[in-house]
Amino acid sequence: MSTRDTELPAAPTKSFEWGPFLRTNGGLVALAVILIFNILVTPNFLQMQTLFVNISQVATIAIVAMGMTLVIATGGIDLSVGAIMALSGALAPLIFLSEFGQAYPALGITAAILVPLIAAMACGLFNGILVANLKVQPIIATLILFISGRGIAQVLTNGNLQTFSNPSFSYLGTGKVLGLPFQGWLALGIACVLFLVMTRTTFGRYVLAIGGNERAAELSGGPVKRVKIGVYMICGVLSGLAGLIVVAINSASDAARNGNLMELDAIAAAVVGGALLQGGRAPIFGAIIGAVIIQLVKYTLLANGVEDEVALIAKAIIILAAVYVQQARKE
Amino acid sequence: MATLLNMSGIDKAFAGVSALSGASLDIAPGEVHALIGQNGAGKSTLIKILTGVYRRDGGTVQFNGADSVISSPRGAQEAGIATIYQELNLVPLRSVTENVMMGYEPKRFGVLINWKEAHRRTREILTQFGIDIDVRAPLGSFSTAIQQLVAIARAVSLDARLVIMDEPTSSLDASEVSVLFGVVKSLRDAGVSVLYVSHFLDELFEICDRVTTMRDGRTVDCRDIAGTTKLDLIAGMLGRDPDDIEQAGMTEFGASSADVDKGAVLLKAEGVSTGPRLTGFDMVLHRGEIIGLGGLLGAGRTEAARAIFGVDRLVQGQIDVNGFGAAPDTPAAAISAGFGYLTEDRKAEGIIPDMSVRENLTLALLPKLTKNGQIDRAREREVVAHYIKALGIKTANMEQPIRELSGGNQQKVLLARWLAIDPDVLILDEPTRGVDVGAKREIQAIIRDSVAKGVGVLLISSEFEEIVEGADKIIVLNEGRIITELTNPGITEDTLVRALAQTEGQAA
Amino acid sequence: MLDTDAFDLRKYLSRNPQSVAVWVALAALILFGLLRYDNFGGAYNITSFLNYNSMFIVISVGMCFVIMTGGIDLSVGSVAAFTSVIAAYLSPYGIQIALPGAVLAGIGFGAINAFSIIAMRIPPFIATLATMLGAKGGALVISDAQTISVDWGSNFTKMGMEKALNILPWSIVVVAVVVVALWFVLEKTTLGRTVLAIGGGADASVLMGLKVNRATAFVYLLSGGCAGLAGVILASGFGAGQPLEGIGWELSAIASVVVGGTLLTGGLGSVTATVAGALLLGLVFNILNFENGRGTISFSAYWQMVIRGGFLFAVILFQARVMSGRTDRKVQT
Repeated sequence: MSTRDTELPAAPTKSFEWGPFLRTNGGLVALAVILIFNILVTPNFLQMQTLFVNISQVATIAIVAMGMTLVIATGGIDLSVGAIMALSGALAPLIFLSEFGQAYPALGITAAILVPLIAAMACGLFNGILVANLKVQPIIATLILFISGRGIAQVLTNGNLQTFSNPSFSYLGTGKVLGLPFQGWLALGIACVLFLVMTRTTFGRYVLAIGGNERAAELSGGPVKRVKIGVYMICGVLSGLAGLIVVAINSASDAARNGNLMELDAIAAAVVGGALLQGGRAPIFGAIIGAVIIQLVKYTLLANGVEDEVALIAKAIIILAAVYVQQARKE
Repeated sequence: MATLLNMSGIDKAFAGVSALSGASLDIAPGEVHALIGQNGAGKSTLIKILTGVYRRDGGTVQFNGADSVISSPRGAQEAGIATIYQELNLVPLRSVTENVMMGYEPKRFGVLINWKEAHRRTREILTQFGIDIDVRAPLGSFSTAIQQLVAIARAVSLDARLVIMDEPTSSLDASEVSVLFGVVKSLRDAGVSVLYVSHFLDELFEICDRVTTMRDGRTVDCRDIAGTTKLDLIAGMLGRDPDDIEQAGMTEFGASSADVDKGAVLLKAEGVSTGPRLTGFDMVLHRGEIIGLGGLLGAGRTEAARAIFGVDRLVQGQIDVNGFGAAPDTPAAAISAGFGYLTEDRKAEGIIPDMSVRENLTLALLPKLTKNGQIDRAREREVVAHYIKALGIKTANMEQPIRELSGGNQQKVLLARWLAIDPDVLILDEPTRGVDVGAKREIQAIIRDSVAKGVGVLLISSEFEEIVEGADKIIVLNEGRIITELTNPGITEDTLVRALAQTEGQAA
Repeated sequence: MLDTDAFDLRKYLSRNPQSVAVWVALAALILFGLLRYDNFGGAYNITSFLNYNSMFIVISVGMCFVIMTGGIDLSVGSVAAFTSVIAAYLSPYGIQIALPGAVLAGIGFGAINAFSIIAMRIPPFIATLATMLGAKGGALVISDAQTISVDWGSNFTKMGMEKALNILPWSIVVVAVVVVALWFVLEKTTLGRTVLAIGGGADASVLMGLKVNRATAFVYLLSGGCAGLAGVILASGFGAGQPLEGIGWELSAIASVVVGGTLLTGGLGSVTATVAGALLLGLVFNILNFENGRGTISFSAYWQMVIRGGFLFAVILFQARVMSGRTDRKVQT
């Protein structure tokens, strides 16, 4: 399930043992159980429509969760992802609805995508500098933007809901490629790139080394500060992208709601996917599996008429179970 | 002889791997009892079973004439067993008083802590140790040596019948050691028993009455220390014949090689200062040369290493690398200048426990293994396979997490990490600390071989025979300054000790 | 020999620069307010200010204990929302039932946290995150996502709306008693010292024979109980149980604790400085409101969040500087 586990040669097993299997593949097993449950119980589950709805919703969680996974791999955490989504989501319509954006639609759209992403990356840079250079604990460092990032978005839009009709921008959230949502492919593409980065590049190796033992990584010549700033910037830019997708899906930007509680979903997805909170592991595809599990649980409960509130409790139980299994594996 | 503690037939296994099998320990009242053995011999496990940290799988423990029912560290304290663990078990952020009194504070009305009384008692206890400090200050603001003595003060203040000291002198200097020995002796005179675990065998002859030797989870020997030699003890720990060892010399360095032609200058430090702990440090290191740094704890040896490796900023002076200037200002710069630095603290600054042997071994080499940001994985495997074979690293395969290796093998992987970058200069800070005797000799052989290939080595070691036999030249430091230089051949442990004693005299 | 028992102000200051800074900042802000606004020192402003902030003070102090052990409790906001609903449901039986009932409910959530953290060994961040979601869901389920009106006929609303001896609202009196009691626990009892020791070094505390699990359980139960009390104040002050309230309270509480100089890694901390931190953050808004009232500036509500973040940023910069100064001075081996 994790990138590091897959590289281990398979130990010769005489008889199949369920315990270790469940511990290393818990995410996949949970996914299978939910799928089987849905196929048996949920009406109309095996339909294209279901797949489409779930993919279009899970993509944003998955994209943010991958960024979160990288941050967690260095032993950090990023609480500001939801606020960054709100900020980037608020910027985009401001740009393509401006006079400039109306006058030059093509340029306007390009700017409406690039500028929010750059702003999101700048937020990541801010977090990264606080964590890497000023040695502020990640929870606190990212708490600053968590609190004020959404406020900035609301100040920018005066707290108003910005609605728009702009098909080319909306493609981000409603477009189809091979009959499936564009953002699903986007998430998959990002996952492949990040997977290669983590397994094949020096940057990826340093990310894991820093999470494993920061002092040792530094004394072995690792560029600790740059790598840390790098992961927060990647997490920032991915959050910004997710914010744009949410706005594109709704054809409206609501700074108060865009990305609300996303930090929890993203952390939950990363942890369910096998990320260790103390750092040192970065299961990229695990984050996607985690995001899918969380989305499917939500969907299952809703589709079977269970209230939204109960879904929160279910999510709580999933998180606890995932981390408990993780702890058991360590000992 | 009456016994205070009798442990016999103790078995303990972790995840199916036996750590102790039939181990025993027998301590009389009012004796100082040494416990020795290589790393992994089972000393720490045995102690942790006695103090209730681990539960034994089998065997009996009798303490004070009755079957022991200790099941937690707290229970051990209440039964009269106080322990000073190797890793300081104190809380640096809290005050000295809290660290001494924690859990046993004097109370008013049975609930509220009487701080005034607590401070007074703490001062009183510390005065017995010859320490006069502000007991309200956070413990972390004092030196490691003082912290160590505070830990001992806490143990002693608990009115223990048995005090266990696990490597108590590893961070003390000579004068502090003598204070500690004074305390140990006064404990013995008061009828308290002391279980003394130490890698420094010389100490044992000074204060211990009997010595128990462990090997591979078993107790192999228990004898009076009078009439025993250091060689006997080493032989017992290794399970070898004393005569064999004498012939091989005490270390793998063997006879010194000072008559070999020195190569080009690799590194030149002039007037280097990084603060009060290192001032005016000069050194010239040639190819194929080992320079030893002599001195006691806090003399500035590690500081010199850190300055050269670009960890600490230079306040003054300059370091010339290969004759063309520019001191490295970060570890990364030092590595690209051809330096390697094996740190003193393997756990905190060396290994990345969850990473594989392969990833640990190539960590410093990464920049050279990288093309366009990508790691050349085939070459990486090649390099790792080469070093596992060349250094005889015992690992299931190169993907095994390094935390699962023994201390000695971890150290070899870290050595390989630096050998792999093909260094010009190797800084080795306590390269054989905390590894068993066998691995120690292998590591010494590796160092000797790379010096033969032209590497210049800066060697820091608290084991005198290591620098006496290994170094071409010893720079003796005291309080951050160079006191004298000794040149081989001609250095003996005796001359080094005398040089140190001289500095002690001057300092006083 | 010098009498080192005598209180040495200079030493105290040099050891607690942040705690001192927060008091100085608080005093400066109060002085600024008194000089600039007519009604700032008026009884109405003081009571309403304290009344509103009493909830945050009590939550922050509970949080302070958790953080001193090196843990964190993200569930306090949701738990307060949950217990405000419980308090509203129990209000017909009077405050003597509703108060303990709601506090017990809060302690119940604290027990869940303690169980996950101690017995299941789940990191506090995750364990309390799950409880946060659970309590939020629970509050919505038991209230059907509606605010639950309290029974105005009973004495329940006295807690939030009437004054003890006609001077201070009851809620403030209750919170003050809790704060003083907790100050005693921290400074004068073995339990309090154990809390600090755990944060300074959990393994060392176990080896010292301290009752680590008991103290850890205590801080989470305490934090849950404090959140429960805040829920009672919320319900009685607004006349209704508020299942949707409490969002972001945990972060305000963490901010107060940090502003008060408590190290997030644990081991150092103070009840009084935490109260000062909570008051300081509250006062910033109070003064902003006065500024808005004067019409010299016009800050929308959204600016408050931005300013709050900026404030936290300033404190963090300060703390980073102080801490780096401290480690520089520390003797290295």
